Amino acid sequence: MDLNLSEDYIDSSDRYDVSYKVRLEKFEGPLDLLLYLIKKSELDIYDVPIAIITKQYLEYIKLLKELNLEIAGDFLVMASTLIQIKSSMLLPSRYEENPDEEGEDPRAELIRRLVEYSRYKEAALRLNDQKLLGRELFARSFVSKELQSDTLMSSEPLELDLFALIEAFRGILIKTPHESFHEVSAESISIAERINEILSLLQEKELLDFAELFENCADRDYLVATFLAILELCKLRLIRVRQQEQYGSIWIRPAVVETSDRHEQEDKGDSL
Amino acid sequence: MTACRLKSILESLIFISEEPMSLDRLCSILQEYDRDLIRTCILQLQAEYDNPERGIFLAEVAKRYQFRTREENGGYVRRLVKTKTSRFSQSALETLAITAYRQPITRAEIEYLRGVDSGGVIKTLLEKKLIKILGKKDIPGRPLIYGTTRYFLEMFSLRDLKSLPTLREIEDLVVEGTYEQQEELPLEGILQTTTDETSTLTGDKG
Repeated sequence: MDLNLSEDYIDSSDRYDVSYKVRLEKFEGPLDLLLYLIKKSELDIYDVPIAIITKQYLEYIKLLKELNLEIAGDFLVMASTLIQIKSSMLLPSRYEENPDEEGEDPRAELIRRLVEYSRYKEAALRLNDQKLLGRELFARSFVSKELQSDTLMSSEPLELDLFALIEAFRGILIKTPHESFHEVSAESISIAERINEILSLLQEKELLDFAELFENCADRDYLVATFLAILELCKLRLIRVRQQEQYGSIWIRPAVVETSDRHEQEDKGDSL
Repeated sequence: MTACRLKSILESLIFISEEPMSLDRLCSILQEYDRDLIRTCILQLQAEYDNPERGIFLAEVAKRYQFRTREENGGYVRRLVKTKTSRFSQSALETLAITAYRQPITRAEIEYLRGVDSGGVIKTLLEKKLIKILGKKDIPGRPLIYGTTRYFLEMFSLRDLKSLPTLREIEDLVVEGTYEQQEELPLEGILQTTTDETSTLTGDKG
């Protein structure tokens, strides 16, 4: 049986490798395979010789097994359907005796499905011939803020999740070069010190840019200490970290502990 | 004079619109102009853009208007637009075709026609917003029924479902189907609901 075996080297770099992959023509399903077999043998789809087609179909399944390929359940269901049709055609049936009377050709349903499937298979091909947006044709895609819908442009500052914060920190770390030569005595800074520094900065400015806190220092220890300090302050609920828009600057502001002031604070936050 | 002015206004509106523009939408924006005049002007615009020397043309998709780049320039545009080009697998195309021609259709019916499990491909098509759930079929088990979306028409450059390539006429094979026979496509109805739902979903800007 001709199965359109084609050789495909696994990889062009493995050109000298003797092993090669055998590719079987890909069938979408049992109906696709049957259609192929019918066409291959130039059989009449409306009068499929069930014995021939069953034989070919089963040979194909066998080959798949020999190649250790996984056979989808659908293929096996079809195999049993074919065998069932074949056997019921062997039995003397009412159909054979009086074809005009009740009782239909056992192949009828299968043929109908095959014909119908071939129609849609062709329709699918035609659909693919259409000029596709994003393949042959393109339209402008808009990202300009003016055209964004109101929901996307919400002025509500986003409460940052930890991941976004870490991502921002990672961005800063990447920018900082790895310089670790001639370490005399590292002037280490403790997280507690950094916390105090940030708090005092907040007393002056009310609003701090996340990135600003990391400016003017190339020392990674210092950066890490700063970041941990921010996390610690978050945990202690002493600061609030917010982002106005996606990918925008991250702002740090003092959180107010007193509940009475919270609402006021909330309002301020919204009008940021 | 007004016609010239209107044509220029329409060009601006269609150009700047994020989505394909429907005649209804244009009419509601341009209430001072007559609907027929607007329609005529759009046709004129289309004719003017239908020029191989131009890089864009005014397409009518899903009964809406949108400026699109010319097919011949696709290769060059792809160099600029680094996004993945739309490609469809055979199974996706088959499922889409069946859904388009036979909607509303259940998953079981699609699978019967294709002869293979189609759950995965239906899910992908749903995610890509090419098909959508239209509701539930009033038969035991109340299975979901699917239909194509407006985006499907936009993607495949189709004016409406009627402009789908016609299925090759094949003599009917008499015998009744084992699954409930679908009624012929109520094209207008579907398209209407399709467009309506989509526009509410995307929340027509305005």
